[in-house]
Amino acid sequence: MATNTPAVRMTGITKRFPGVLANDHIDFETQPGEIHALLGENGAGKSTLMNILFGIYRADEGEIFVHGRKVRLNSPRDAIKQGIGMVHQHFMLVEVQTVAENVSLGLAESRFFLNLGQTKGRITELAQRYGLQVDPDTRIWQLSVGEQQRVEILKMLYRGADILIMDEPTAVLTPQETKELFNTLRRMAAEGHTIIFITHKLDEVMAISDRITVLRGGRVVSTVCTSETNKEDLARMMVGRPILFQVERIPVEKGDIVLQVENLQAQNDQRLPALKGVCFTVQQGEILGIAGVAGNGQRELAEVITGLRQAIGGCIRINNMDVTNCAPCRIIEKGVSHVPEDRLGMGLVPNLSVSDNIIMKEYRQPKLSYGPFLNRLSIWRFVDRLIKLFDIATPSQETPVKLLSGGNLQRTILAREISALPNLLVAMHPTRGLDVGATESVHKMLLEQRSKGAAILLISEDLDEILALSDHIAVLYEGEIMGILPAEKAGVEKLGLMMAGALREMPPATSPEQCAEPVEGKVS
Amino acid sequence: MRIRIEKRPIPSRLVSVLTLLLSLLLALIVGGILLKAVKADPIKTYRAMALGAFGSRYSLSETLVKAIPLMLCGLAVSVAFRMLFWNIGAEGQLAMGGIAAAGVALFLPPRAPHLPSWLLLLLIAIVGFMAGALWGLIPALLKAYIRVNEIITTLMLNYIAILLVEYLFYGPWKDPKGYGFPGTAEFPPVAWLPRLPGTRVHLGLLFALLAAIFIWAVLSRTKWGYEIRVIGENPRAATYAGISLVRNILLIMWLSGGLAGLAGMAEVTGIAHRLTKGLTVGYGFTAIIVAWLAKLNPWTVLIVSFLLAGLLVGGDQIQITMGLPASVALILQGAILFFMLGAEVFKQYHITIEWRRRSSIHEETGV
Repeated sequence: MATNTPAVRMTGITKRFPGVLANDHIDFETQPGEIHALLGENGAGKSTLMNILFGIYRADEGEIFVHGRKVRLNSPRDAIKQGIGMVHQHFMLVEVQTVAENVSLGLAESRFFLNLGQTKGRITELAQRYGLQVDPDTRIWQLSVGEQQRVEILKMLYRGADILIMDEPTAVLTPQETKELFNTLRRMAAEGHTIIFITHKLDEVMAISDRITVLRGGRVVSTVCTSETNKEDLARMMVGRPILFQVERIPVEKGDIVLQVENLQAQNDQRLPALKGVCFTVQQGEILGIAGVAGNGQRELAEVITGLRQAIGGCIRINNMDVTNCAPCRIIEKGVSHVPEDRLGMGLVPNLSVSDNIIMKEYRQPKLSYGPFLNRLSIWRFVDRLIKLFDIATPSQETPVKLLSGGNLQRTILAREISALPNLLVAMHPTRGLDVGATESVHKMLLEQRSKGAAILLISEDLDEILALSDHIAVLYEGEIMGILPAEKAGVEKLGLMMAGALREMPPATSPEQCAEPVEGKVS
Repeated sequence: MRIRIEKRPIPSRLVSVLTLLLSLLLALIVGGILLKAVKADPIKTYRAMALGAFGSRYSLSETLVKAIPLMLCGLAVSVAFRMLFWNIGAEGQLAMGGIAAAGVALFLPPRAPHLPSWLLLLLIAIVGFMAGALWGLIPALLKAYIRVNEIITTLMLNYIAILLVEYLFYGPWKDPKGYGFPGTAEFPPVAWLPRLPGTRVHLGLLFALLAAIFIWAVLSRTKWGYEIRVIGENPRAATYAGISLVRNILLIMWLSGGLAGLAGMAEVTGIAHRLTKGLTVGYGFTAIIVAWLAKLNPWTVLIVSFLLAGLLVGGDQIQITMGLPASVALILQGAILFFMLGAEVFKQYHITIEWRRRSSIHEETGV
């Protein structure tokens, strides 16, 4: 193999979606054995470019060469034949089947009867070679998210992929799991595999990649060697302006306890225990960060507090009033705002307009209605003011929100939730999938609410975010709080151990009593 | 050959109109082939149908008569569908409305002979509406509180209501002077809905128009309409925003059942003037087609009802003028619906066919 032949070379790639030029004559190349980061904000065109390389989309213009040969990739099957594999952000695994079954799923060699014995042998061999420890006989649903990701990587290796595209692989991992993943990727690169790493996290890029291609607005800004650049330069290339990494967090006087959660218990959708006696309080002007790996009860916690899920034990008090299992609208009336995890599935109605989405909670208020009717003029004024205030980029009030970008979707939700002047703001993954610029503005908004005296419950899997914003950090593991630390005393290492369940600083909840009287003195 | 299907971000207007016309044309062609199969001239038959439905003052008024229950039931079904409540029980709700109306019309006038006609009719209309509404509330309650699938319950309740109608006019309410014909006695004229002079078009048409205005106003101007839209587009978001699904399911089915009940009331007091076989002839089922073709828009429901009613009347006409089975109209109805719903794919997806050899990877040597 000639060392100078790029593993992948894409030239002049252009892809138009109606109204958007997602890729504008992009040239991209990566060498064999290289870890190449594809860096860019959301909507910069990285996923589009990689979906073209994996045969999911087809470029309107441009050519693709794999190991020097020109190829046409009409489907992922074609891409896999060329040795290209992709690990998506959302895993494509069959939960009830075993690792081995998932790996052999859809293979050309497996016609009707599976030779699982042989498959298992190769899986074990590959797993050992690259440090991807996983038992081929385990069923997917029994695996942690990190392990499931390993299965996805194994699936691609098993198919003979020597060019591996990883789409934001660390979003779902603990710091320790991320470290392991990076070790695996380095080993793979050392054996000559090419790895393309899609991300918008600068620290990771600096830690793992050999070279970086930065995209902005569908175009290549630059391709640089990691050793010759730094975070600040990369951020400027990505966003087009300098970025403050540390949002300023001014000290805020803490006030009364707003949210008091006691021995809270709830079930998940499968009716298994998801919260096993959770206790904490959040005061005015305080951000309590809830850290933890996905699926350890975070969603259930947010939903129980906002009335969307039944508590089966314990109690929730807001401003010293028991609101356990109240209807969502009662809880909204108490001044609780909620930025949900699933923006388009729960936080917004994709087909309805920006205006309809912004008034989703406020439409009941007398200022937006007269009697049973909607007051269209005051709604127009209200929405217009919020669009300007929150800088929502939308062609008009009547545009369906599904046409907005991720950052603007989140601004729409925040406009609605913050304009309600919340006593308590429950924010779940408020910046997930957002680019650096949008993340910065969301963080500012949260801190501004804190300064105004709101209590904020910040649930996030992004430790950097939690560390940057929180006053206290609670770690949730398998439905229990492993400990609540002041942010200054919480290091990444310690939090990581707690997130993995290896360290506990809080005694397990044992008190079975339903709802104790509020502790005297703590509540003024 | 490869076929690629890509979703259109915004359905194309031009394509919408074209597919509508094309699907109508295809339906007529398929119908024509069937007509050929029964040795009839398709062009002549279609002409006869069109004339029979819209060709004269009489035929137009007959088409309107059939359109009235379709409009009311179509509106009934479409409001429920707006909220993703699949009410396919309009037929049963219509039947209950008819029964209740007939009950009042038969038994109240003899006991209250001095009741003015307008008051009596108002009372009958309210009772008819409430009967349909209560029948509609049964599946709504089951759905709202114990999550019973409403498709099953609304469907099954149809048969109970239809059989109840038959039981009544064959049994306890049968006209003793009816020479054994199935049906109740004729209502006294005070309980007849006023008609347009010289036709059978009755006041039910006004009910339908008022209902359409009401629904349009509710949907586009009120807080309740806003809630319906949010629930219809994303029930999870509605719950999240504190909108009560239970309350809205009950309300919408009260309205939906009530409108269908009103259709039944208008049929018995406007056309037959008795409870008889002609009440449950499938308007409630055809209404589902109406609602779907009208895309749940109240104004379009009125238009589509009129056109489908024309198809039904025209179908009856060819039975007389051409000696063909009336089921030809039903086949055409089915074909139109089939093609129109099938054409939805073209409105929402962009489909390209590439005529290329079968090799899926086209490799060339690199430059």
